Amino acid sequence: MSIEIKNITKRFGNFTALNNVNLKVNDGELIALLGPSGSGKTTLLRIIAGLEDFEPRDGTDILFKGKSVVGDPIGKRRIGFVFQHYALFRHQTVFENIAFGLRVRRGNERLSRTAIKKRVLELIHLIQLDTLENRYPDQLSGGQRQRVALARALAIEPKFLLLDEPFGALDARVRQNLRRWLRKLHDEIKLTSIFVTHDQEEALELADRIVVMNEGRIEQEGMPSEVFHKPKNEFVMDFLGNVNLFHEREDGSSVLGSENTSDLLKKYFVRPHEIDLVPPDNGGRGLPAVVKRVQLAGSLAKMELVDADGREIYVEFSHEKYNVYQFQVGNSVLAVPRKTVVFDDYAI
Amino acid sequence: MMNTKTRWTEYIVPGIIISAVLVFLAFFLVLPLAVIFAEAFSFNAWLEGESTLAEGWHAYWESFDDKYALPAIKLTLIAAAIAVPANAVFGIAAAWCIAKFNFWGKNVLITLIDLPLAISPVIAGLIFVLAFGQRSALGGWLIDHNIKIIFAVPGIVLATIFVTFPFVARELIPLMQEQGTLEEEAAVSLGASGWQTFWRITLPNIKWGLLYGLILCNARAMGEFGAVSVVSGHIRGETNTLPLYIETLYASYATVQSFTMATLLAMLGIITLIAKAAVEWKVKRERMK
Repeated sequence: MSIEIKNITKRFGNFTALNNVNLKVNDGELIALLGPSGSGKTTLLRIIAGLEDFEPRDGTDILFKGKSVVGDPIGKRRIGFVFQHYALFRHQTVFENIAFGLRVRRGNERLSRTAIKKRVLELIHLIQLDTLENRYPDQLSGGQRQRVALARALAIEPKFLLLDEPFGALDARVRQNLRRWLRKLHDEIKLTSIFVTHDQEEALELADRIVVMNEGRIEQEGMPSEVFHKPKNEFVMDFLGNVNLFHEREDGSSVLGSENTSDLLKKYFVRPHEIDLVPPDNGGRGLPAVVKRVQLAGSLAKMELVDADGREIYVEFSHEKYNVYQFQVGNSVLAVPRKTVVFDDYAI
Repeated sequence: MMNTKTRWTEYIVPGIIISAVLVFLAFFLVLPLAVIFAEAFSFNAWLEGESTLAEGWHAYWESFDDKYALPAIKLTLIAAAIAVPANAVFGIAAAWCIAKFNFWGKNVLITLIDLPLAISPVIAGLIFVLAFGQRSALGGWLIDHNIKIIFAVPGIVLATIFVTFPFVARELIPLMQEQGTLEEEAAVSLGASGWQTFWRITLPNIKWGLLYGLILCNARAMGEFGAVSVVSGHIRGETNTLPLYIETLYASYATVQSFTMATLLAMLGIITLIAKAAVEWKVKRERMK
């Protein structure tokens, strides 16, 4: 089911959390709301769920499948909401937590005990927590709690799934596994889902589409490869991964990071993997620098350089490429940007 | 040298402090409590050979055989039976809105809840006399309609509710604030109504704190003297609660009877302490789990 958000503005006192936000989520999509803390991503998620209100104005609306849900109570929206710190019911077992949404149903929507039991056990199986159904939340690990929270949200057969920093409180390994598991689950059940994250890697790996937010506005939305390779502005470029900043001077020499020189012409952004390093005697244009640190563990060779003014440059090579020169700490090199990004809106 | 120092800090200083505490406790808590029972069972008379133990025992039970004793006990129980549930409802409601919502005048409400702790119970009683007594406009109206509040049971109940006002709310506010609203939000997002959320999520989460507050509230409700004394009028058999009756007996030199009644309140105190300790122990164990 599709979601459409029109002209939503939300203020907390003097702070503008959302500034005229428009967003459309297509049926079956998995969307990431990506941004730093305070960018309004969680507020937007809570507004969609109905947990937060917004400024009523002309043209402001929230549509589920083309139908306005403004004013509908939260329960009626039928949304599976997974809270940041899970918000499991602490005095209820895993089974009771997951059954909650089914047990509170009223009128002709009520299910029989056996039907509830069947559905809950199915979900427990889905989240791979069989045999743990009688545990209490504080007897579970972080990853297990997260999965219980997800099963609880799925139990009510929601029209969408909204996840607030779903992996925020987990350690790196569990996070990796759970991320893949969630992606697989989404591919199986095809439930329209929005998740909030401040982790660009998580967004790039998991989402069909990424919505980059900053200061209550949407900076860019698009496929992961699109926002990564064709960032619309400095903010998106900077937020999606490491970036080196160069300035070009009128005399044609590139200077890294310095902003207080008057003869600057352009500002270049270069990703660490888009810089070449050559020995200084090779000649050619480039920025002279010294290798300060080499880190060879992992899938990439990572290097930190310092230029003559003490500014740092980050470079990433494949191991094959690294093996050509095998630069060591203390070597002098020339850093040559291969692909640079310049933003039009940048003015000196 | 080193040895003396260790001995000094390890045994002697703690020993002095602990002894001081024990002596203090003995004089101010244990001894008075023991005296109540000793007087009630006429121990002194037995020690001086004036009567036997059996006679003391007999006198104790005879004290209950008084036409004013049972009504006093009954009235105390009635006042507590009304005041405690009333405070439970009020306490939960107040703690709920203070802990879970932001609204204008919240701090004023918190201060008002503390009012009964801040003012003397006698003043609290006087407030009710002034508000509902004969001289007030409201009191006049009440007399016209033949409703008795002051010097009657309703006044005693009102005064009791007033002085026990903060116990439940005070206990629940920090607990509910600490728990936040996340679980309630989760429940609502899963389709629960306000009532369902309250009964299934909020109440189970605060049950031990609530019980603790109710125990303290009950102890105070049964033991309240000052405020009730002002509004009661001390009509024997009608508006005398147990604490007031004890005072009346004592003032009329009925020592054995007065201390016999006092053993009831003392027992209530002991039971309250045990219940309170049990709840604390239970909460601690749940936290550990």
